[in-house]
Amino acid sequence: MKSVGPILAVLAAIVALWYAGSVWMNSQWTLDQTARNNQTVTFSQIVQDTMDQKRPVLPAPHQVAEGLWQGVFGQAVTSKRSLVYHAWVTLSATLLGFAIGTGLGVLLAVGIVHNRAMDMSVMPWAIASQTIPILAIAPMIIVVMASIGITGLLPKAVISAYLSFFPVVVGMVKGFRSPDAMQLDLLGTYSASRAQTFWKLRFPASMPYFFTSLKIAAAAALVGAIVGELPTGAVAGLGARLLSGSYYGQTVMIWSALFMAAIVAAILVGVIGAVQAVTLKRMGMRQ
Amino acid sequence: MIWIVLAFLFWGGAWVLNVRLANGPVAGTRAVRLIVPALFGITILVMWEAVVRGLNVPLVILPTPTEIAVQISESLPTLWVDFVQTFVKGALSGYAIGCAAAVIVAILIDRSPFLQRGLMPVGNFAAALPIVGTAPILVMWFGFGWQSKAAVVVVMVFFPVLVNAVEGLAASERMQRDLMATYSASYWQTLWKLRLPAAMPFIFNGLKIATTLALIGAIVAEFFGSPIVGMGFRISAEVGRLNMPMVWAEITVAALAGSAFYGIVAVIEKAVTFWHPSQRTRG
Repeated sequence: MKSVGPILAVLAAIVALWYAGSVWMNSQWTLDQTARNNQTVTFSQIVQDTMDQKRPVLPAPHQVAEGLWQGVFGQAVTSKRSLVYHAWVTLSATLLGFAIGTGLGVLLAVGIVHNRAMDMSVMPWAIASQTIPILAIAPMIIVVMASIGITGLLPKAVISAYLSFFPVVVGMVKGFRSPDAMQLDLLGTYSASRAQTFWKLRFPASMPYFFTSLKIAAAAALVGAIVGELPTGAVAGLGARLLSGSYYGQTVMIWSALFMAAIVAAILVGVIGAVQAVTLKRMGMRQ
Repeated sequence: MIWIVLAFLFWGGAWVLNVRLANGPVAGTRAVRLIVPALFGITILVMWEAVVRGLNVPLVILPTPTEIAVQISESLPTLWVDFVQTFVKGALSGYAIGCAAAVIVAILIDRSPFLQRGLMPVGNFAAALPIVGTAPILVMWFGFGWQSKAAVVVVMVFFPVLVNAVEGLAASERMQRDLMATYSASYWQTLWKLRLPAAMPFIFNGLKIATTLALIGAIVAEFFGSPIVGMGFRISAEVGRLNMPMVWAEITVAALAGSAFYGIVAVIEKAVTFWHPSQRTRG
């Protein structure tokens, strides 16, 4: 807990810089307005004006906080103006895709560990696929699936699943291989079957790797769902809020959607971290 | 029908061959380690081609690999212009600025334990955020040109590299630093001769993660507004026209560029950190 002070100091510095930045970036508009009206303004007036413009270049922190508060608590949860509604749309696609991607990833990792031919043929591609900007295919998946009549949750979930798939495969193969030769030999002297070796040694040993890759996969799945919402024409979801905000110049809307996305990401990673802590503690593996 | 039967026959044949190779006496050799994954990749391409032909999948859903290849060879100039706009101007310049800034900031905050304790949790947190979301804001600030794409890339690559660089600067051992002190080395000499080299494996880890992020950032930022060139622009425009071969051609270029970028950074890493155990055992 020693680091609470420094973290708060850094956060305070960020907010202060942000305020300074918003005064600096928004003042041009104020100066233009007053010049047009042949007025002169003092510095304090400029500062005052830059704090609550309707469409600021950089909204001041309290404007974003207000937008976020309005979006979360100021509306009925089912309203289309509610950020909770949009966050839920994105989150449901994220979770569905995350579940699919993680499930398939673990299955493939099991196959890779137990089948040498599969290991040699699939593993190089799984690693290489991480160097590819997979996100570029997001618009295509949406449009293609829409053209065969699948819309809504599933196309976004497919993108999320695709993005979370490979980190899980790579992480879990590492995890299933983490027991060392001594431990495997010990199970060999017990004449344990492959299934027994898997359930009693490989699977428990892979848990720390499992949670680490889950965290990466969750963050990737959220990005996938947000980007998947862009080409659908901004109907619902955090990505749609970002896009319509950028169309109409509603900067406060963009920033609140962005912070909402950050909160969702933090919750996802936090929940996984909590489950990880409990699981590893009960398994006696706490680092 | 004949196409589908052929596809599955090819699959079966390739699979048997791969199992033989992988479990046979030559499994460990370098050639087999290259042939097996190559065969797997070729199998996927053949299956794709044959199944799409056999089932008469419409072009707007999935073009065959040969159609994509024809499209690539026909529109090389367009692809090149897009590549220069997105990769060279947007991604590369952003990558260079972002990574340089991250390493410099890491060296600066390394001098102050207070800043380290404060900035590291914030940086770790920021590295997990969907930073791609800042794209609309930065496009608004820097305009539709490549500058805004570079700005998105800077923001995206900054935190992963920063976190890794700070970790790396702490990687040299107490004994080694004491040795430098007994030589009465100055701060900068210690930094230059001991701590930066010791940090290189970590920094390169961050740089490798950042290569993929850079390309993703540059492409996604173009979805929010761009001039009429660029890979992201072309993808979203051609998707709108249902011209799928062109979309796949751009994706192929993006995939090749991403892998090549990663490969180049990995080669540089090998040259710089030749002393590291992970590099030595491989050779």
